[in-house]
Amino acid sequence: MTTPATDHRVASDAAGSGGLRLLDITLTLGDGDTAVTALDDVGLTVAAGEFVAVVGPSGSGKSSLLAVAGGLLKPTSGTVHIAGAELTALSDKERTAARRRHIGFVFQQSNLLASLTVREQLLLPLHIDGRLDAAARTRADELIDAVGLSHRAGSRPHQLSGGERQRAGLARALMTSPAVLLVDEPTSALDRVRSAEAVQLIAEQTHERGTATVMVTHDTAIMDAADRVYEMVDGRLT
Amino acid sequence: MFLALRDLRFARGRFALMGAVVALIAVLGVLLSGLASGLADAGISGLRALPMTHMAFDEKATSEQFSRSTVEQEDWQEWSKAPGVERAEPFGNTLANAQVTQGAEKGEQVNLAVFGMAPDSPLAPDPARGESLRESGAGIVITREIADLGVEIGDILTADRSEVRLEVVGLVDETISYGHIGVSYTDLDTWRHLHYGLPGDLPEAARQQATAVALTLEPGADVAAVEKATATRADAKQATFDASPGYAAESSTMALIKGFLYAISALVVGAFFTVWTVQRKAEIALLKALGAPTGYILRDALAQVVAVLVGATAVGTAAGLALGSAMIGKAPFSLSAPAIATSSGLLIGLGTVGAIVAVRRITAVDPLTALGATR
Repeated sequence: MTTPATDHRVASDAAGSGGLRLLDITLTLGDGDTAVTALDDVGLTVAAGEFVAVVGPSGSGKSSLLAVAGGLLKPTSGTVHIAGAELTALSDKERTAARRRHIGFVFQQSNLLASLTVREQLLLPLHIDGRLDAAARTRADELIDAVGLSHRAGSRPHQLSGGERQRAGLARALMTSPAVLLVDEPTSALDRVRSAEAVQLIAEQTHERGTATVMVTHDTAIMDAADRVYEMVDGRLT
Repeated sequence: MFLALRDLRFARGRFALMGAVVALIAVLGVLLSGLASGLADAGISGLRALPMTHMAFDEKATSEQFSRSTVEQEDWQEWSKAPGVERAEPFGNTLANAQVTQGAEKGEQVNLAVFGMAPDSPLAPDPARGESLRESGAGIVITREIADLGVEIGDILTADRSEVRLEVVGLVDETISYGHIGVSYTDLDTWRHLHYGLPGDLPEAARQQATAVALTLEPGADVAAVEKATATRADAKQATFDASPGYAAESSTMALIKGFLYAISALVVGAFFTVWTVQRKAEIALLKALGAPTGYILRDALAQVVAVLVGATAVGTAAGLALGSAMIGKAPFSLSAPAIATSSGLLIGLGTVGAIVAVRRITAVDPLTALGATR
């Protein structure tokens, strides 16, 4: 069995790949009478290089799914495996480190830092991890080029269009060569044409770099680019 | 400081405003320190210059001892025999008015803070020009402040009331003051004439009196017995400063003003960084979601705080020093490096404390809020 080049922590996982595995995930938020089941026995396996879209109305549990997959929330029961390691078994500190090294987030409206240029946005994750070196700078330039922002490398977020911001956010998420890429409503601030372009770019990068990508969206028009599409209703995945 | 420096540059307007407040407080801090040391110099530099470790006052005088205390000859004799006492010397202190009756500035009124001592005692001055004190002849040694009035060596001053003729025999070329008046040194008998306002021969009782006993004690000397025997109380040199007119009130007023200033500065810095941190909440959540440990974000924020405080304090201190140098000579003002270092250090230190309280809320930010649905 060969392991994808981008994934250096692949172990012999039941899925047979480095990707993302969610097993029997249940997430209950709040307690007592106000308890809400956000995720109800969810299972999902995404292989490296695969692009999965999860669609559903707001409140269906999509964001909770991302939060659990990305280690921001601990599920009430069930396990999350990333690149063969069990994320749910880690301590808070280790989970933070795993987020930093193996998980890439693309947030709604991209969520860039106001004072940083596009290039600096990309360098930040590696600075946080203490790995900001010449190789990192080269990689940043390569990624900026890959998302078509070379002419914008020195611009700050307020100088960028919505589409450009989204692309910068994607490039930042890819900086650490994550095993898993989690994308939250990438098109909420974009028009139809730019939405299609943005999702196409995510699909390309997923296939090219071998990330296990999960995108949640309520925008059914952008699902075509995905390899598989799931629907989420009331915390259940179908 | 990856993010902190870029935030400083990006939001430079806001940081400049806050920095300006800190810098102005630093200016005020330097000026207040200068004024405090200037007032201290004017109040007690004469006492500070005396070679002694303690001073024994009449135990009945509990405040303003220099004008209320009287000691007798047997007191200082008793003190000099006591164990642990290296030296005990009579010391006289009085304020007197005199007129220049012979010299270039004839007719000029002069205020004198007169220190009386035995001419052969270590308390006696060592004049830069002229002669030292002598046992008889009513000579005085003046200091800079009186010389600045035009009084010169060889001039004769005549004291009010006692009509004692004082011949200026020497000059100590330094500004030495007591109670905001330039100090003059004289022998004990002349001091007694001035103190009691008596012309002619002194009564027998007065001839054996002084204000206090200047002491040099061995470290840790136990003087309780001799204090009891002589009905005197030995104060450490530092404590005698409070016995001079107005000194305690002046220094506590200055300390109060400075204390308020530092408190205000800590609050301003704390308030600014509270608002700043609250504004950054979304970015902090994002950083945490990206996997930044809380320690990384706190370090970044504190580096920013310290950079702003140190920069602003340095600018303000430099401006304060420039302003202060212009004030020397026009006001009781003197720049002392330790006082200014303390003032700047406190400003930075307390500002940092204020900011730490503010940036602590970084720890409470939930990275989950970086995800759309919960925003």
